[in-house]
Amino acid sequence: MHKIILIIKREYLTRVRKKSFLVMTILGPLLMAAIVIVPIYLATKGNELKTVAVIDQTGIFFEKFKDTDNIKFHYMVSDIGSAKANFRKSGDYALLFIPKTEVSIPTNAILYAESNVSINIKSYIRNVMTKQIEDMKLEAKLKELQTDKEHPVNVEDILRSVKTIIDVNTIKITDEGKEEKSYTEISMVLGTFAGILIYFFIFMFGSQVMRGVIEEKTNRIIEVIISSVKPFELMMGKIVGVGMVGLTQFLLWVVLTFGIVTVVTSTFTGKGTNKHTAEQSILQNAVKYNPDNLPISESTSEKKVQNEGVNQIFEALNSVNFPVMIGAFMFFFLFGYLMYGALFAAIGGAVDSEADTQQFMLPITMPLILSIVMMQFFIQDPSGQIAFWFSMFPLTSPVTMMIRIPFGVPYWQVALSMGLLILAFLGTTWMAAKIYRTGILMYGKKVSYKELWKWLRY
Amino acid sequence: MELFSALNISKQFSGHKALDKVNIAIPEGSIFGLLGPNGAGKTTFIRIINQIIAPDEGQLFYNGRELKPNDIYNIGYLPEERGLYKKMTVGEQAMYLAQLKGLSKQEAHKRLIHWFEKFEMKSWWNKKVEELSKGMQQKVQFLITIIHEPKLLIFDEPFSGFDPINASMLKDEIIAQKDKGATVIFSTHNMASVEELCDHISLINNARVVLDGPVRDIKKTYKTNTFEIAYNSYQGSLESLLPSAFKIIKEWNDHELRMASVQIPDDATPNQLISALLPAVILRSFIELIPSMNDIFIQVVTEKKSEPILQQ
Repeated sequence: MHKIILIIKREYLTRVRKKSFLVMTILGPLLMAAIVIVPIYLATKGNELKTVAVIDQTGIFFEKFKDTDNIKFHYMVSDIGSAKANFRKSGDYALLFIPKTEVSIPTNAILYAESNVSINIKSYIRNVMTKQIEDMKLEAKLKELQTDKEHPVNVEDILRSVKTIIDVNTIKITDEGKEEKSYTEISMVLGTFAGILIYFFIFMFGSQVMRGVIEEKTNRIIEVIISSVKPFELMMGKIVGVGMVGLTQFLLWVVLTFGIVTVVTSTFTGKGTNKHTAEQSILQNAVKYNPDNLPISESTSEKKVQNEGVNQIFEALNSVNFPVMIGAFMFFFLFGYLMYGALFAAIGGAVDSEADTQQFMLPITMPLILSIVMMQFFIQDPSGQIAFWFSMFPLTSPVTMMIRIPFGVPYWQVALSMGLLILAFLGTTWMAAKIYRTGILMYGKKVSYKELWKWLRY
Repeated sequence: MELFSALNISKQFSGHKALDKVNIAIPEGSIFGLLGPNGAGKTTFIRIINQIIAPDEGQLFYNGRELKPNDIYNIGYLPEERGLYKKMTVGEQAMYLAQLKGLSKQEAHKRLIHWFEKFEMKSWWNKKVEELSKGMQQKVQFLITIIHEPKLLIFDEPFSGFDPINASMLKDEIIAQKDKGATVIFSTHNMASVEELCDHISLINNARVVLDGPVRDIKKTYKTNTFEIAYNSYQGSLESLLPSAFKIIKEWNDHELRMASVQIPDDATPNQLISALLPAVILRSFIELIPSMNDIFIQVVTEKKSEPILQQ
C-alpha cells in the first residue's frame, strides 16, 4: 500500500508540474466560459427580424405585444387549427397561441415553430404576458383597496398576490406537419456539455495513461520498477495518479470558469438586476397607478427584456438538480475513466510505440466516439430504446447517461447503469492487468489480437 | 553455504520452454556467472529470482528458506533493458526508486547524498536525466541498484554501454560489493570479464543448465593436456623425437623460432615431453594450454546443442 501511494504521488506530481498542465488549466476555463457566454450574448443580441403571429383567444393581450428591433408581432383572428395548417406557408417565425380560459386568468401560452424558438423571443413573450397579467391583478387590487379604505395598505401583500408565473410551451411543427414537444434548452445544453466533457476527459486522461505506460517501456525503466513493485500496483498507481490529475484539472476548471462567467456576465448585465427585476417591475407598475408619479419610459423596459434573456438562463440553471448532476458526473467520470484507463494501460503495455497503438485503439474508442455521434439522437429522444441501451452498455454509458440525466432518468436506470459500469470496471481491470503484466516485458515484438488472447490465459 | 538456490525450475511460454528443470545454487559471497547464448533462458531465470514472473514448477530458496515476496528488498537488480524517466530530475528519481526498494525518505536521502559525494555526482542532483550522458545515466542506475545494500546483486550485462574507464570503475565497485559481503549474479556474454571476475558459473543452453561449477574446476575438466613449445637449433622432424602416443596438433614458424602444440596422453607428464625434446632442441618456452572460458563456452554450446548433458 505504501508503494502504490509513492507511485500515485510520482504520477500526479510529474504531471501537475508540467507546463502543459498549466496551459490547459488556463485555456480550458476560457474556452468553457466562451461556450457559456457566447450563447448568452447571442441570445441577447440576435439582430435578425422575426415575425410572430399571435392568436389571442382571451383578448387580454390585444396590441400588448409591442414590436421591438428584431421581433415583429401581427395579430390573427382565425382558429388555431387552420393557423397551424397555414403556418409553414406564412413565413412567420413562430405562432403564439394563448388559449381561452373559462374562469381564471390565463397563465399559459403555446408557441408553435418549425425549429427551436430562441430563448430571447420566448422570454420577451413571457415577460410581456407576465407584466400584463400583473398589471391587471394590480389594477383589480387597487380598485379593491379604494373601495375598502378601512384596511391598512400592505405593499408586501399586494406584491405577493400580484406575482404571476406564465408558462410558455414550445411545440415544434415538423415537415410532416406533425407536432413534437420541444426539449427544454437548458437540459439540452447541460446534457451536451456534460457528455462532451466526460468524453473529453476519458480520452485525454486515458491516453495519458497509455502514453505513460509506453514511456516506461521505451525508457526501459519498467523492469527496474517491477523488480520492486507488482505490475498491478504500478498500473493502478498510474491510473489513479493520472485520474487525480484529471480531477484536479476539472475542479480548477469549474472554479475558474465560474469565476470568469460571474465576472463577465455581471459586467454586461449590470449589477444587482438579476434577482430584483421581477419585484422592481411590479413596484414600477404600482408606481404607475400612483397619480403623483409619471409613467416609466419605454426604453427602460426594453433594456430589461434583454436582461431577462440572461436571467432566464440563470433561472433555468437554478432549476436543475445540481447535486444529482455533479454527483452523477463524478461517478460516471470516475468509473468511466477507470475502466477506459485500464484498457488504455493494457494497450500501452502491449505495444512498443505510439505508432503501433492504432489497431487496438479503434475498438476501444469506437464506443466513445459513437456515443458522441449519436448525441443529437439521444437529446431528441432521451428516454427512447436506443438511448436506454446505450446508457446501459458500460463502454457507452458514461457519455450517454450524462446526456440523458438532465432530461430526467428513472433512478433504477441510473442505478443499473452504475452497477454495470462498476462490474465492467472490475472486469476490464482484471483483463488489462493480465495483458499489461505480460506486455511490459516484451520488446520489439509486433503484437496481434491472437497474441493478446494468449496473454489473457496465462 | 548457499545464499540462493533454485530447484527444478521450469517455465513455459506459449509454445516454447524457457527453462526446463533448472537447478542452480549460488554460494554466499561469490561472484556467480550466469552464461549462455541469446535466448537460452538467462533473463527468464533472473526475472524469476526477482519475482517479476513466477515459475510453472520448482522451488526457490533464499538463505536456506523458501523465497518470500519481501525478499525483493534483499535483492538489487540491474536489468539488461534499463533506463530512467527522462524528464525527471536525477535526485527525485533516485529518491523515488530508493523508496520503492523500501528505504524511508530520510534514509534514502542520507544514503544517496553519501554516494553522490563519493562518485562526484552531486552537481547532477537537480539535472534532468535527459541532460546526462549515457555513461552518467549508467552510473546513476548502478547506484540505485545498490542503494538499499542488498545481500544479492544481479547484474544483467552490466558493462554494455560503458566506456573502458567507467567499465573498470564498475568492475572495481562490483568487487568492492563482494568484499562487503554481497553475493553477485553476473549475466554476460563478455567472457573476458567472466574470466576476470567469476568464481562460479552456470551455463544455460536451450533452457537447461549444461555446465555448472567453480571456474577453476571447469577449466581443469576442459583442459586437454596440450602444451605449446618454442624451440630452435633443430631442423629435423619433431615427430621422430616424441613417443608414439604423443600427438602433434600443429607446427608453425614464429620468426626465428619453431613452434608446436603437442597433446600428451592422460597418463603422461609434462616432464616426459620435456625430456624427449631436450636432447635435440634448445627449448625457448613451454606453456600448458588451458582453455579460455570463451573456448569452453563455444565448445559446450556448439557440441551439446542436440543433446544437453548435465554435468555436475
